[in-house]
Amino acid sequence: MTSIAFLALFAISIIGYVWNITAVNAIRKGGNRLHSLGYFHGMYAFLVSFIPVFVVILLWLLLQGPVIEWIVAGGLPAGEYDGLGTGEQQLVMAEIKSIARGTIFGEPEEWKIAAAERLTRLYTLSSRAMLIAVVALGLGLMFLSRSKVSAEFRARHGVEHIVSGLMIFCATTAVFVTIGIVASLLFETLKFFDKVSVSEFLFGTNWEPQIPLREDQVAAEGAFGWLPVILGTLVITAVALFIAVPVGLMSAIYLNEFAPCRLRAVVKPALEILAGVPTVVYGFFAVLTVAPAIRAFGAQIGIDVAPNTALAAGGVMGIMLIPFISSFTDDALSAVPRTLSDGALGLGATRAEMVTTVLFPAAIPGIVGGVLLAVSRAIGETMIVVMAAGLIAKMTLNPLDSVTTVTVQIVTLLIGDTSFDNPKTLAAFALGMMLFIVTLIINIFAIRIVRKYREAYD
Amino acid sequence: MTDMTASPSGALATDARLRARLRQRKRKQVILQGLGLGAISFAGLMLFILVASLVSTGYKAVTQTHLTVEVFVDPQEISVDKLPRGGFRDVLAAALIKEFPDMAEAGRKDLRALTGVYSNGAQFRLRDMIVADPGLIGQTVTLTVPVSDPFDQLQKDLIKRETPQAQRRVDDRQIAWFDTLAERGMISEPINWGLLTNADSRFPELAGLKGALVGSFWALLVCFAISFPVGIGAAIYLEEFAPKNRMSDIIEVNINNLAAVPSVVFGLLALAVFLGWFGLPRSAPLVGGMTLALMTMPTIIISTRAALKAVPPSIREAALGVGASRHQVVFGHVLPLAMPGVMTGTIIGLAQALGETAPLLLIGMNAFITSAPGTPLDSATALPTQIFIWADSPERGFVSRTSAAILVLLGFLVMMNGIAIYLRNKFERSW
Repeated sequence: MTSIAFLALFAISIIGYVWNITAVNAIRKGGNRLHSLGYFHGMYAFLVSFIPVFVVILLWLLLQGPVIEWIVAGGLPAGEYDGLGTGEQQLVMAEIKSIARGTIFGEPEEWKIAAAERLTRLYTLSSRAMLIAVVALGLGLMFLSRSKVSAEFRARHGVEHIVSGLMIFCATTAVFVTIGIVASLLFETLKFFDKVSVSEFLFGTNWEPQIPLREDQVAAEGAFGWLPVILGTLVITAVALFIAVPVGLMSAIYLNEFAPCRLRAVVKPALEILAGVPTVVYGFFAVLTVAPAIRAFGAQIGIDVAPNTALAAGGVMGIMLIPFISSFTDDALSAVPRTLSDGALGLGATRAEMVTTVLFPAAIPGIVGGVLLAVSRAIGETMIVVMAAGLIAKMTLNPLDSVTTVTVQIVTLLIGDTSFDNPKTLAAFALGMMLFIVTLIINIFAIRIVRKYREAYD
Repeated sequence: MTDMTASPSGALATDARLRARLRQRKRKQVILQGLGLGAISFAGLMLFILVASLVSTGYKAVTQTHLTVEVFVDPQEISVDKLPRGGFRDVLAAALIKEFPDMAEAGRKDLRALTGVYSNGAQFRLRDMIVADPGLIGQTVTLTVPVSDPFDQLQKDLIKRETPQAQRRVDDRQIAWFDTLAERGMISEPINWGLLTNADSRFPELAGLKGALVGSFWALLVCFAISFPVGIGAAIYLEEFAPKNRMSDIIEVNINNLAAVPSVVFGLLALAVFLGWFGLPRSAPLVGGMTLALMTMPTIIISTRAALKAVPPSIREAALGVGASRHQVVFGHVLPLAMPGVMTGTIIGLAQALGETAPLLLIGMNAFITSAPGTPLDSATALPTQIFIWADSPERGFVSRTSAAILVLLGFLVMMNGIAIYLRNKFERSW
């Protein structure tokens, strides 16, 4: 039914387009000159009927589910549904829906079958009503736009206004997305803080969300303290930067100042490949190759290494960040005016001296900005740590040990079935909120540094 | 005076000192260059190890060991009126017993050890054949089916025969049977097309990527359908029409920040808004595509703006000069010239979206689904989440399949980036 509605919409819009153009041609044949080209009159008809009806269809599809469920729930026998908790209500609703789809397990109660029938009926009704609404509204708008065709009508202005409006809407989506992120995170996080106190979350040193939380356990001490989780994140980030910063920095300096052209032509694409590899691949690489290698090496020199050591996850994340750091360093080095380095060389400095005493110090702000962005990437990186880091939060700084990260906890808490009323799920949103805030602050700071100093040399 | 007399020897002394100092300075340069070369070699080495470890494990999944047997479809076991039920397993067992007559009287346990050669899907393959053509009942059919994972690994030498019996998943007897079958030419190792044409399965020998490929396709399609028009619209507005005011600044800052928000946060957004508030179905490529669209949009906006910026002002001025409106200038002249850059940016953005995993995990696209989705509303997995599922599976056979799946994913990425580079080189203009 939905596809028929869309087809009808397309048909009506195109008919409107053609109809207006024919009307314009008739006017032109009558010897009048029009303000706008025929094409604009056609486009006007198309847009005027297409956009509002399209929005109506989308809203209808989004809203019909919740509304129908609400009607069905309202019609259920008293006492069977309204007394239940959210999770149980969802279960009942899911059962009714599956009966409506025809998959019946066991012997459902009479009222559930009745509800399922009503659900099916309402959906049929809704989709028919939608089709009627689409056709009626579309035709109405089509006639409206047809009635406007005349020699004086400024169809081009009309079309341009509509297109401008569409573009403004597109541009503001970014703002809406940000608002959506903040609102959804904030909403769930506030629900979380109803159950767990803020100070406990921020300063608790115990993170054990996997323990099933009974009523009397919610207040149990420190089950939701995020400190060990963020500490683990920082340990892995530190390991990653320990590898990525020197390697990325040195390779960018070498490529920029010393490398022969042919080497550069090979290495730059190679770095781009490294940057384009999806993180799930790095995660598998960490599990398959790096972690066993580190463990074997540890066993050889007599050090006990945890199977999912922070070194493996952090090391592989470091490899992932090499191209990131190197490209930012590259940008920063190129932004330093040639006159500075030429001056240094002219005074007799060797290339190395020029790099270390003139070029590098001048590029430091840009590089720092890039490193900060890399930190934010490392903190927010998910797949590598989900696959290669541990699950248990420990207060440790030892990179040989297994640690967990904010993103790992978010994913493990939310994988599988989720309902929005238990603290486990909500804890993930609280962690997501913290992750968002931390990365946002670092990003804003980094972008500002990069921009400020890039402009300084322009 | 003293200077004059001292000068020859003094000059020599400073000369030597200078030379030493120069040597030292040059040494520093060599060290710096060495460090740089070392860094590059490290990165190159890591790339090499990454690719090598994937290829060296993944190539094993290129072929799949198959067993060809003559199966007598016994009417006593399988009758027309009971289809699709029937004793398919027994019929298959009988086919193997025919090869090893001494097993005819063997107990259930021994028999199971023997029929363990078959993949679990063999009976279903036979069932589908007979359901499609019931006339086969009572005849002997030649059936080529995958062998089960341990035997596949035995064939590929991943299970070593030297390993003590207790430590491998096939015992000496099974190896002997398998070798006999191989001697009789019943074991073959054809190209493993099942990897691309099968959907997911619990059994490595049957598991394939079809569901994931189709799921990824739907998700990317939705992602493209949303992010491409919205991204271009936003970019055109910001670059060509937006007044320099507070609102435009806010939008700009927002887009730049969105590009750097961790992907898992987009997953949380999708979980709370698309699934929680709007009630869209879990695990659906539609939701996955919408989530990916939010992440791809900043990339498209940024690259489209760069492409628009690269069109020289003379084009705009010329069009304005002959009386075009600002909209006509943009849509008739600037945008077509910027299109190659826009397409390049879009393809690169889609390539990123194809590799994105974390947000898809949160909306449930890591479900275990044994059929390919027919519409974007069906439950599905995507390529990267399928890789994640397989990487998490305990069966040894999934290791090589995971690597192979990664190679498939990387293949797609290389292809998309290749197209982007081709477009850039072919249509890029310098003004």
